[in-house]
Amino acid sequence: MSTSDAAAGGGDRARPPRVSARRPRGLTARLREAEFARFLLRRLGLALITLLLLSLIIFFITNVLPNNVGRTILGPFAPEESVVALNERLGTDRPLYEQYGSLLGSMVTFDYGESYQTGAPVSELLWTTLRNSAKLALLALVLTVPLGILAGVLAALRRDRPLDRVIVMAGLAGSAIPEFVTSTFLIVLLGLQLNVLPVLATAPPGSGPLTQIRYLMLPALAMAVVYFGYIARMARAGTIVALESDYTRTALMKGVRWPQVIRRHVLRNALVPTISVVATQVGYLFGGLLAVELIFNYNGLGRALVTAARAKDLPVLQAGVLIIGVIYMVATLLADILISYLNPRVRLGSER
Amino acid sequence: MAQVADPAAAAAVGGVPHGTRDVDARRAARRETLRLLLRKPGFVIGTAIVLVWVVCAIGGRSIAPFDPLATNGAFAHAGPGADGWNFILGTDRLGRDVLSRVIVGARDVLIVAPVSAVLGVVLGTFFGLLMGYYRGIVDDVLSRVVEAFLALPVTLVALLALVVLGPSKRTVIGVVGILFAPIVARTVRAAVLSERDLDYVQAAKLSGESGPYIMVREILPNVVGPIIVELTVRIGYAIFTIATLSFLGAGLQPPAPDWGLMIVEEYSQIIQGYWWPVLFPSIAIASIVIAANLIADALQSVLSR
Repeated sequence: MSTSDAAAGGGDRARPPRVSARRPRGLTARLREAEFARFLLRRLGLALITLLLLSLIIFFITNVLPNNVGRTILGPFAPEESVVALNERLGTDRPLYEQYGSLLGSMVTFDYGESYQTGAPVSELLWTTLRNSAKLALLALVLTVPLGILAGVLAALRRDRPLDRVIVMAGLAGSAIPEFVTSTFLIVLLGLQLNVLPVLATAPPGSGPLTQIRYLMLPALAMAVVYFGYIARMARAGTIVALESDYTRTALMKGVRWPQVIRRHVLRNALVPTISVVATQVGYLFGGLLAVELIFNYNGLGRALVTAARAKDLPVLQAGVLIIGVIYMVATLLADILISYLNPRVRLGSER
Repeated sequence: MAQVADPAAAAAVGGVPHGTRDVDARRAARRETLRLLLRKPGFVIGTAIVLVWVVCAIGGRSIAPFDPLATNGAFAHAGPGADGWNFILGTDRLGRDVLSRVIVGARDVLIVAPVSAVLGVVLGTFFGLLMGYYRGIVDDVLSRVVEAFLALPVTLVALLALVVLGPSKRTVIGVVGILFAPIVARTVRAAVLSERDLDYVQAAKLSGESGPYIMVREILPNVVGPIIVELTVRIGYAIFTIATLSFLGAGLQPPAPDWGLMIVEEYSQIIQGYWWPVLFPSIAIASIVIAANLIADALQSVLSR
């Protein structure tokens, strides 16, 4: 199965991908290259189709459902003339196929028109806030990925012992609680009771990178708590599969030492499913950013979208949702390529 | 979060034994499942937590010490235990009793989240059966659509849809339910795929049964295990998603005593040290989401045994 299938298993967040069935190897290098190229083309084609459907879904929600965008934005009491004027300004009085065409066009040109709320170009707003969000997301990933993998592998090695139970339960609790709830816990504990971290995310202007990181620490931690659970769970499951595999048994029976078996056989195989989870998380991180950026008052894409939602600023919302979808797809695409490069079984087994 | 790591395995062993019309055997199997569940500490703890909230939801205003909407200027932001433990969990910025609001808020959570989860599971099962049974072009097209939906965080699309449709209990249920359907469809499809080539399906085909009949009467009872697990998982997510939507302002509207809403109304004042109007609804959300996940985990391990 292709890994995007495996990786995208949960809608709101990721589910562990199933480890693909083993296929016989033994192809020549040339054949492998051809296979890889074919895999790449197929995967790119699928991504394009998905992207097209994505734009259709978003278009459907924003343009088809309400019928009258201007009325939705201005509310039931606005005079008819201003509704008509707004529809004309937004281009929502044109026939649907024309509107969809211009949405497709804007996906290529990155020109998403102007914000209804401020009149500023949408793309400009999205780029600035996206950069800020990327900083926060990156910090969250830097905090989560190594810790999550370490905890998952440790749990698998101590399976069904107290350490394993603690890690599994902590992961479950962490990933089950909404980010904004985790945020309030962290603010109360670290920000107020212990007073070790600032409770607002934006550092004073002109401060160095270290201060910026310090200010971003609490929101990043709030997101890290959620994603720690997913990554640890995947790493644990992958390690357990690898530990129980034939190749591990063979290596041990050949007399390879335990640490070396872990390093060279178990970890290498265990981390493959973890990569795809990390990739899907990159997309969902941006979903979690909505609430976290709002609660920490951070000028990122998430807060911009919430503000847009409150003002019914549909052009901004539409473009923002589309961009987050694209980010998710690029991330899973990269992960798929990386995995199939590392593990030929995946691309050979891509026909379901 | 509980996961259906292998829905196929769950379906193979977890479902009701097909063809068995023997009521006694079914009842015995159900009793056995219940016995195994009660031996899981996670299930017992999860159920206990849910029961507490069910009591709050049923009791509502009649067990709350105060009117959840009554403001009291004299006691604005009174701390927990203020006024001789009159306000056990303190009051919010308008002097409304936090405990009463938390208790009364349980009802909406326990209605809205499960209903939207059921909607999602029903829709998802329908499409999952179609995809898994007919395969071919139906499956190809629907799978692409499912994939496109999965590329977007549910919270985000729901936010977009609720801006367009206007937030109300009904639209929240509808939007969340519809957005959950692709996820459920995927799980059900996988379970159906592992059933469709089994002998009993072939036998039904040979005896001339129609596609819809085979899907509903033959395959569905055998994939009921993963569907139940998926339902409990979805309920947990629905609470998660709906709370987040309220927090973002796209769920229930003020002054409703909704947990997510309570947090969004008060979080900006945490910095001044008023943590209790935020912390207690946070604990309420956390407890019920974790309870749903504990139950889902236990169900999964018992039904896929």
